[in-house]
Amino acid sequence: MKVTIVDYNSGNISSVINSFKEVAKDKVNIEVTADLSKIKSSDKIVLPGQGSFKSCVDALNKINGLTEALHEFAINNKKPLLGICVGLQMFADIGYEETETKGLGWISGKVSKIDNQNGKYKLPHIGWNQINVVKQSKIFENIENNSHMYFVHSYEFIPEDKNVISATTDYSTNIVCSVEKENIFGTQFHPEKSDKLGLKIIDNFINI
Amino acid sequence: MLKNRIIPCLDVKNGRVVKGINFVDLKDAGDPVEQAKIYSDGGADEICFLDITASNENRDTIYDVVERTSKKCFVPLTVGGGVRSIDDINKLLNCGADKVSINTAAVENPKVVLDSSKKFGSQCIVVAIDAKKNGDKWEIFTHGGRNNSGLDALEYAKKMEDNGAGELLVTSMDRDGTQIGYDVSLMSKIASKVNIPLIASGGVGNLDHLVDGIKLGNASAVLAASIFHYGKHSVKEAKEYLDSKGIPVRI
Repeated sequence: MKVTIVDYNSGNISSVINSFKEVAKDKVNIEVTADLSKIKSSDKIVLPGQGSFKSCVDALNKINGLTEALHEFAINNKKPLLGICVGLQMFADIGYEETETKGLGWISGKVSKIDNQNGKYKLPHIGWNQINVVKQSKIFENIENNSHMYFVHSYEFIPEDKNVISATTDYSTNIVCSVEKENIFGTQFHPEKSDKLGLKIIDNFINI
Repeated sequence: MLKNRIIPCLDVKNGRVVKGINFVDLKDAGDPVEQAKIYSDGGADEICFLDITASNENRDTIYDVVERTSKKCFVPLTVGGGVRSIDDINKLLNCGADKVSINTAAVENPKVVLDSSKKFGSQCIVVAIDAKKNGDKWEIFTHGGRNNSGLDALEYAKKMEDNGAGELLVTSMDRDGTQIGYDVSLMSKIASKVNIPLIASGGVGNLDHLVDGIKLGNASAVLAASIFHYGKHSVKEAKEYLDSKGIPVRI
């Protein structure tokens, strides 16, 4: 099996690479590339994302044919794809970080700034928070409800269809922190930085 | 709910740990990777390396340390000390650091914070503030506490938030190394001035000081070095103690 981590200059992805290689050992081939033919021939794709919504969308669009290849992979061919952090946020139709930016439009919804309630909540939302599993997701196999995951973000994904939400976390409001829509998975938290439980989620994704 | 974080810090010089944990079962007590692994296995919420390598020719040793650590520890890793430029930040992130802390360079050239947070995202830019009390205010020191910039710490903290810092790592130079506790008055003043998380540092001598840093200093995270060295306290003990005092921690 071949799992491809999309390297589209979205910032620092070395932790994502390290964690997937740790879980995969020698059993699974982990590729790190933006090469379209390699993406097409992958079994699974990981879409990381750091920085702003706009900077990630811009970086994706900079690579000719990449969004189309990802669309073909996830929407037409329905092969498993995991978005992490801004990688998840980009599933939305639209994001409002920096300026209004069009997303991939795979899961209807928008990405808005977390309501800090006039300074009551610090932003970014940084640190370990518990996830409230609202729908059993394939990536939560053997992950207990209320497990701690590591978060770093100031914006939240608000999907229109609440049925795609697999977990929320409590920070100012119930923030959507995990989604599953058919073959498309996403986590707002960073499994690659969430210690053993995070590695378990990565293992679950690899084993789908 | 969001938990308060405990961050053990290791001083690294020429690629080796200075002080550090003195466990009998350590194969190599000077290896930062092994020590970081002990901390993360013990429940550390993040790991911090402070590179105190003085000579330029040994600067590259930290990159190797970060690279090896990031392959073993799957909690966030912050690296600081001697970070001067966008290029330095880029190299550390590429080696596997999740956040980089900028101290002197941020004072001398605040644009570094602006540019790096734009380029890499605020989530990986920590501004380290070394402050010392002078009368009724605190002033910013640079170069490991040797030079007084004369800048007001509160105003500077706000400016760094505006420049895109994701977090502030605030060290009281009056308390650092004293083991008499954080300067909670400095911490709480800065914490109320900014809307980004504050990591308290400098002066921890016992577990109650960690409690004070959060309860009185309003810090989101507490950083400590020496209490975790030589097995005086484990991270696990620290967390259980905070939990017993009603502070939300990840256990």
